[in-house]
Amino acid sequence: MIEPTRSFRIRVLAGLAAIAVIGAACGGSTTSPSPATSAPPASVPASGEVPSTPSDDLSGQEVTVIGTWGGTEQDAFLAMVKPWEERTGATVKYTGTRDLNTVLTTGVASGVLPDLAGLPGPGQMTEWAGSLVDLSGVLDSATYSSETAAPLVELGTVNGKLVGVFIKTAVKGLIWYNPSVIDLSGGAPATWDDLQGVVSQNASKAQAAWCVGIESGAASGWPGTDWIEDIVLRQAGPDVYNSWWQGQVKWTDPQIKSAFETFGSVVAAAYGGGTGVNATNFQVAGDPLFASPPGCLFHHQASFITGLGGFATATAGTDYDFFPFPDIDAQYSGAVEGAGDLFGMFHDTPAARSLMAYLVTAEAQDIWVKIGGALSANKNATGYPDDISKRSAEALLNAKIFVFDASDLMPAAMNSAFWSGVVKYASDPGQLDSILAELDSAQADAYGG
Amino acid sequence: MDPRLVTAVIVVVGVPAVLVGYIWLTELGLRLFGQRLRPRIRPWLWLAPALAFLAVFLVYPTIGTFVRSLHNKAGTEFVGIENFAWFFGNASSLIALRNSLIWLVVLTAITVGIGLLIALLVDRVRYETVAKSVIFVPLAISMVAASVIWTFMYDWRTPPEPQVGTLNSVLGSAGIAPVAWVQQSGWAFNTILLVVVMAWMWTGFCMVILSAALKGINPELLEAARVDGASERQVFRGITLPLLAPTIAVVTTTMIITALKAFDVVFVMTSGNYDTQVVAYQMIKQLYDFGQPGRASAIAVILLLAIIPVMALNIRRFRAQEAIR
Repeated sequence: MIEPTRSFRIRVLAGLAAIAVIGAACGGSTTSPSPATSAPPASVPASGEVPSTPSDDLSGQEVTVIGTWGGTEQDAFLAMVKPWEERTGATVKYTGTRDLNTVLTTGVASGVLPDLAGLPGPGQMTEWAGSLVDLSGVLDSATYSSETAAPLVELGTVNGKLVGVFIKTAVKGLIWYNPSVIDLSGGAPATWDDLQGVVSQNASKAQAAWCVGIESGAASGWPGTDWIEDIVLRQAGPDVYNSWWQGQVKWTDPQIKSAFETFGSVVAAAYGGGTGVNATNFQVAGDPLFASPPGCLFHHQASFITGLGGFATATAGTDYDFFPFPDIDAQYSGAVEGAGDLFGMFHDTPAARSLMAYLVTAEAQDIWVKIGGALSANKNATGYPDDISKRSAEALLNAKIFVFDASDLMPAAMNSAFWSGVVKYASDPGQLDSILAELDSAQADAYGG
Repeated sequence: MDPRLVTAVIVVVGVPAVLVGYIWLTELGLRLFGQRLRPRIRPWLWLAPALAFLAVFLVYPTIGTFVRSLHNKAGTEFVGIENFAWFFGNASSLIALRNSLIWLVVLTAITVGIGLLIALLVDRVRYETVAKSVIFVPLAISMVAASVIWTFMYDWRTPPEPQVGTLNSVLGSAGIAPVAWVQQSGWAFNTILLVVVMAWMWTGFCMVILSAALKGINPELLEAARVDGASERQVFRGITLPLLAPTIAVVTTTMIITALKAFDVVFVMTSGNYDTQVVAYQMIKQLYDFGQPGRASAIAVILLLAIIPVMALNIRRFRAQEAIR
């Protein structure tokens, strides 16, 4: 039996002290990950006053940002925030993740969130609206709404609360081609039938009519959903399109089914067939356009493709050019589908407010626009590096009918089911009816609440 | 000083200090009890921290998951077995169930079978250590890295382009058309290809454990059998195998659990497309992509229940063995 002695008591006290120290250390570490949430320095105006301008002195503060951008996109974003960091003395701590949805879902549930974050899409944004800060007090509202295309302002608003802004945007449904392979100087095909005519005239010039690649990791299938959306919009019209993403039109509806079938005809005429479509990553899917002999005549992808794959090193105008997705039904002529990267604010700190207000200005937007691969929602950002990006920005801002990417607007579960449905369809088109029936049951499930 | 450094010092010095402090404190507390009671209370006091950790991090979440699995999406309403009914009435999860079963059978068969074979074969050669190291090395690679490596192995390009995937370039040099391996869903072939990735990693593990058990067999027993005229096959079936049986059981259990936990390989290589989804993958999808914690919990409970018989068998075996000793 151990008999406590004097030295023993001292050691007990030492042990207790160690417990206390560890307790203190743990207590300290729970607050340290977000130093920006600690009390602001006196020089910063309290929230509620005039939106802080980028010239505020915020030195030593940090804004944590999570987004999906990696590689060149990440570099572009960091270049965009650099002037702000220099002006304010604050730093941006950016983390890029392809698994944004998981990170933020967990974050919203647990409360451990970055100050600013990219949001996967308007559908998901709506679900998180309660955790997001109302930006109308953060941005200069009047300037923001006058500079930004109205449909995009509207998309960032939930129940009258502005919770999301577009850091960059893209026009979906552009058809890319190589002008040295196909001569379209006489005018781009205006209708789907004209396009089929161009395809059959030039059939001998490439191995296949289309380049399609829908591989994209856990999000595989999304480029195919863009195809189907573009077809629905022009075949069935914007009303059907909007009711469809709202869950009011079934997937087995003949109008949606026919859009799948039109896409199926494209897959059948694609470089590598359905197997190639599924195996090819979307970033390099258009590369066979530049091969010799060319692998395909056309590639369908959003405006951001100019920053990716073979497009990034090719010359705009001589190596590649685009025309808008042709009309299928004349009554819906001029319809455009757009998309963009939404940004929201989870912590209302002076530095986060200042950064947010800065990011939507024409000055900041111009930086990314000049680097390429991005269009701006801001009408005053005009630094587009070439004619092609300028034309795509105009297509977006001057659209007669503007709709947002339907799959991004659908509830996450529906979106994810749509992606895998497209993958399944590309690998086995004969299963269309059962795929659509499965999507119907996913729809019944996803919109139920 | 860097606060992280301070934290590190506190952890290195503080944690042992707290542990020692705790033991001393319990001794102090024990003085309240009579001399006779102390030895009976002491073990429980020493176990208490571990039990508390178990309760907080294992028992409570398990019960919580079970309760959650009986509630709706928002967790506000009791829905009974609805989430379980959904799982078993859904085409996609039935395929996942089938695939998990394939994983369980094929992975266990390959790793334990080949692991045992290699352990027996290298037992008699001089370069045993080298051979074993080579086979063991893949286990040190992270699951994600291994999946990426095998993504290159199975890679497929649209034909006129050069095949950079190992398998397809081998086929190509033999003049055979390339195959898009991971898309071959007929007969669950692609699932088996994914199992191979995991087997490549875990065969070494089984081999090392079985080899160690093999070394533990008393050579005199084998010697005696041989002297009595037993053939090598008879020695193996009559002596080696029965003596290895407990180890094989342990290794098999470990592999069954590993197979049921399979997720990384599927996530990296196919994202669950082409009918390669497994049960654990469905759980993650329901939880994060679909925002259905109730259903995800139901799948977790199903996985847990699936492991229970294996555990029960294992415990029975363990008890039987203890009884022999």
